[in-house]
Amino acid sequence: MIVTNIETVPGMQIVKHLGLVSGNTVRSKHAGRDIMAGLKNIFGGELKGYTELLTESREEATKRMIEQARAIGANAVVNVRFSTSSVAAGAAELFAYGTAVVVE
Amino acid sequence: MYDLLLFLILLLLGYVFGQRAEKRHFRSIIEREKALRDILVFSERRIPDEDQLEGTLVSGNVVISVDFFKRFVANLRNLVGGRVSSYESLLERARREAILRMKEAARRKGATAVWNLRLETASIHKGAQNGIGAVEVVAYGTAVRQRR
Repeated sequence: MIVTNIETVPGMQIVKHLGLVSGNTVRSKHAGRDIMAGLKNIFGGELKGYTELLTESREEATKRMIEQARAIGANAVVNVRFSTSSVAAGAAELFAYGTAVVVE
Repeated sequence: MYDLLLFLILLLLGYVFGQRAEKRHFRSIIEREKALRDILVFSERRIPDEDQLEGTLVSGNVVISVDFFKRFVANLRNLVGGRVSSYESLLERARREAILRMKEAARRKGATAVWNLRLETASIHKGAQNGIGAVEVVAYGTAVRQRR
């Protein structure tokens, strides 16, 4: 499965468009990370726990998108976009979407 | 009285450690930017001469929090309005760091360039009382390398 965020797959031809595929996940941080983040709010600096959490979540959303693409017979997803929205304080939704295509 | 004392201590701690962390971070950013200079990044979405290339998505993200002192200064600034330089440096750090991490991911894949760079910013503490607090920046793009 090839994933790109441009309209094409470099070096390949798109032979068929299969439409939009998407994947999302909603994650909330756990209390331990919140306490560490509270400390970091005083000293400033990177919140490693959150960075990891968001990386994982984004990977999960991408994975779901890819599964969906595979299920409809695609072998690539082009024009992928990510978006983040906070549902409530402490929880965030990560969303990935793109166009499923067949390339050769 | 104790509250005021605690507040002043927090301010001082935030100032000392925040400044130090920021300086260190900027130094490391500049160093790594030099090391990764050979990976070119474009926000252009059309790749010229793409026949011999293969591409894949790469991304990098970072969550950075502002320190207590800077948040206090920013709150003061909110009263009179104008340029909030303490948040400017926060966002600059976050963006450059996210791009660097994306470039590192590109290097691990053996890529020589990244096309169609997108930057997305999300505030983590949205809805919470303390305003910006922390910010997440994600950078992503299509890394390309010569077809093997």
